[in-house]
Amino acid sequence: MEPITVTRVQTLIDSFARKDVYLHLETTNGAYASHFDQSFFSAGAYIRNAHINYKHGKITGDGPYRVGLELDIGWVYGEGLTHFELNENGQLILAGLNHEDKIAVTLELSEQPFKK
Amino acid sequence: MKTERHVLVIFPHPDDEAFGVSGTISAHIANGTPVTYACLTLGEMGRNIGNPPIATRESLPDVRKKELEEAAEAMGLTDLRMMGYRDKTIEFLAPGVLKGMVEELVAELNPTLVISFYPEHSVHPDHNATAEAVVEALADMPKETRPTFYALAITLDNPDVVYSVKDYMKEKLQALQAHHSQFGATFAEREKHYRDGDPEIAESLENERFFKYKFADDT
Repeated sequence: MEPITVTRVQTLIDSFARKDVYLHLETTNGAYASHFDQSFFSAGAYIRNAHINYKHGKITGDGPYRVGLELDIGWVYGEGLTHFELNENGQLILAGLNHEDKIAVTLELSEQPFKK
Repeated sequence: MKTERHVLVIFPHPDDEAFGVSGTISAHIANGTPVTYACLTLGEMGRNIGNPPIATRESLPDVRKKELEEAAEAMGLTDLRMMGYRDKTIEFLAPGVLKGMVEELVAELNPTLVISFYPEHSVHPDHNATAEAVVEALADMPKETRPTFYALAITLDNPDVVYSVKDYMKEKLQALQAHHSQFGATFAEREKHYRDGDPEIAESLENERFFKYKFADDT
């Protein structure tokens, strides 16, 4: 992965629009976060291989970035994104590393299902 | 250390074995005891990928699989089983799935000692779910044939068994180093302190601590 460049990522988001694509979206904390600090409220969410078709998508912000995808009947968005890659399988990987360089959020799009 | 017929180690994540039991594993192997390590997931949700990142969510399982194989080699372990479950989903598996997995392993390997986590005292939901499955499977066995269960606990004090693994520190340090994507940077620092003779780190690394799990019908 490399640091996000908005124009490059916007082009990639556009290339997946109006196609049936698979979505991976997660926010995550370390499972130990509440163990080390009881005041830390550990919340996260994870969805793998949601099958969606978005009519348009946009990357915004000054970094860390936000990405929103507008579906015919709904929305997808992710916040805190810092890095991206188009991998060897043609999958768009967007991830956000926190101040400790640990993954905090991931948003991915693929024309084929992600491995379970 | 008691001589065993076969030791079965069950943990959910590549690296779970490294701090807590890798010295014990090496010691049993050196004794000629067969050891099997069943690792449930490939740590797909690991967050420590460096910056610049050396992996993505999609390539991380392959990275961690290689690290796990490297750790197994460092410990001298030849029977490494990768069970194909997904990180952070263990507690959500359908009822009986994990218990069945443990039962199959026990039936096949006939171990006299099983090592895993301690239920409700291992902090991570995957750890606790794995531990509960081990207890469920072993509790159903007749007392006479049931293997001993040594459990690792994060939130319990006063372990029942403490093994010195000082003689296997070379293997243990190598096993720890193998899990580079998890504690690459932090471990290098720890190892330096260890080599410089920090007594607290030496104590924690050179001893491995187990709680002997008591089943309802144990006297």
